[in-house]
Amino acid sequence: MAALLTSLDSLVAALRADRRQVIGPTVRDGAIVLAELDSARQLPYGWGVRVAPGGYRLRERADRAAFGHSAGPQSWKAYLHPPRTELWSTRRGESPAEPDEPPPRYAFLGVRPCDLRAIGVLDRVLGQGKYPSVRYAARRAATFIVAVNCTEPGEACFCVSAGGGPKAAAGYDLVLTELIGADTVRYVVEAGSEKGERLLSTLDTYPADAATAEASAAVDAAAGRMGRALPPGDLRALIAEKRDAAHWDDVASRCLSCANCTMVCPTCFCTTVEDTTDLTGEVAGRWQRWDSCFDPDFSYLHGGAVRTSTRSRYRQWLSHKVGTWHDQFGEAGCVGCGRCVAWCPVGIDLTAELAALASEETAS
Amino acid sequence: MDAPTLAVWKFASCDGCQLTLLDCEDDLLMLAGRIKIAHFLEASSATVAGPYDVSLVEGSVTTPSDVERVKRIRAQSKALVAIGACATAGGIQALRNFADVDEFRSVVYARPDYIQTLARSEPISTYVPVDYELRGCPIDRGQLLELLGALLAGRRPQLPVHSVCFECKARGTPCLLVAAGTPCLGPVTQAGCGAICPAYGRGCYGCFGPVAATDPRALLAKLRALGMSADDLRRAFRTFNAAAPALAAIEETSEP
Ligand code: SF4
Ligand code: SF4
Ligand code: SF4
Ligand code: SF4
Repeated sequence: MAALLTSLDSLVAALRADRRQVIGPTVRDGAIVLAELDSARQLPYGWGVRVAPGGYRLRERADRAAFGHSAGPQSWKAYLHPPRTELWSTRRGESPAEPDEPPPRYAFLGVRPCDLRAIGVLDRVLGQGKYPSVRYAARRAATFIVAVNCTEPGEACFCVSAGGGPKAAAGYDLVLTELIGADTVRYVVEAGSEKGERLLSTLDTYPADAATAEASAAVDAAAGRMGRALPPGDLRALIAEKRDAAHWDDVASRCLSCANCTMVCPTCFCTTVEDTTDLTGEVAGRWQRWDSCFDPDFSYLHGGAVRTSTRSRYRQWLSHKVGTWHDQFGEAGCVGCGRCVAWCPVGIDLTAELAALASEETAS
Repeated sequence: MDAPTLAVWKFASCDGCQLTLLDCEDDLLMLAGRIKIAHFLEASSATVAGPYDVSLVEGSVTTPSDVERVKRIRAQSKALVAIGACATAGGIQALRNFADVDEFRSVVYARPDYIQTLARSEPISTYVPVDYELRGCPIDRGQLLELLGALLAGRRPQLPVHSVCFECKARGTPCLLVAAGTPCLGPVTQAGCGAICPAYGRGCYGCFGPVAATDPRALLAKLRALGMSADDLRRAFRTFNAAAPALAAIEETSEP
């Protein structure tokens, strides 16, 4: 049953009272980043963004919306699958010990439907299957998710053509829809799990009544306002066919191999391991850190790297995202959040690159 | 077993990289318990004759006698590590590589015939094989300790060859090129500094030198779009690592 909140203060307070670390959007360094929130007052009320390939600027909104912005430079991946984590450490003469602190009790506030799907993708890559990551699974199980339906897609967004949409499907504990008035904001809230029900029952809410219809209309309208779209057709087949396309050279001449696209992508999961020793020679450890197929060392085997050109590295990235991910995990690796488009320093836009590959096919 | 010996050598340079070793303070004391510092004039005038297990070599090779000396050092060192932009790319003094050294010599010195100098300032690797290189102007303290720790433990050091952007993303700095329109050389510069400049709102100025896997020319269009003139670009790429081949190539194509 939907209910209505006239502020998010009580929600954040209740999550914190439940001993949760609330992570949500807030303004820092000219962007809307994810950070720990002490109170709902730190949400980016009144801030929107202007996004273009390779460009992102904050802009002031005429209203007080907290979620009137599209994806920033980070994703929830930074919390569920952190950039650097310790796998084990040991002292000379002892056996290796894994860190044994309990997983953080996160509450993610403001997970977009695209990012909710991305968490689902990560779950299938890291949390399930034959060799699940125990650490990932533990973090994930301890996390409470407050999703927010999307009423304002950005210029780089294309979730609809990536098989999703602005309405959160499964996988949340609570879901909000922000109703933006002239100088008020209200939130229609629904539970998606027992945990969510329980938390919701502790909040003072109003009956949602007509607000429910208003909320669905706003979300439905968002579906028609995507900034971009993937080209139609079977992208997996397209990628397989276009292995030798001339267009890979074209994109390689613009691509910096800098890996920003994979780092901001909410589903890119690749890591490497690093061994450490301290200067006394008594303590050794092993750490996992984010890696990327754009790292020249990523494909290093004895004698050198397999992918030595930017062409081969960019092709690996795009092929994996929309092609070979299907072979590995039974779905695409792209949810259409638009981050890689906005946060590529030189504005390489995968929707445009795929369209160019598709048209090269028709030309030949 | 005797403690492994460490020697520190200087060529054309400012001493900043050697000072990084002294800056290691407590870590240096910990190291000093496990290695023997056999030659380090910055710290002590007492020296021990070679051979040495590890030589850290700072500075670029700029004179005929440097060439002979670096060969002697190589012959006495088990592992030779070139440290800093001078030793790995020729340093700021490699600006001479783009000019006529004889002309400089005749303008600057009263008796140019007393000055013996090479036409080019070269990295150590031009003249002798180098086992490891630490980039940067100056080098990063953490990387230096990582390398020495790894050599002591007999393991592979973690010296990434990817871009500074990796480190920006790992520490959660919103990209300056994208979110502020501030010129940044991070995408074409090798990591190792921890992306310290962008974390303070300043674009990376490339002191760790170019990423081997990228042609930095791919960044030029973006930098021009942010308002950098041909002169600005030349200045941006003609600094500590000006003579690194990937950057030197830019100079040729962007002359006015
Ligand atoms: S590939 Fe790009 S648009 Fe797709 S999920 Fe990753 S960052 Fe988002
Ligand atoms: S696109 Fe590259 S970094 Fe991302 S998951 Fe695939 S191989 Fe890994
Ligand atoms: S596509 Fe863009 S973000 Fe990705 S590696 Fe190339 S230049 Fe960097
Ligand atoms: S600020 Fe510079 S180094 Fe950091 S991600 Fe952006 S381009 Fe890369």
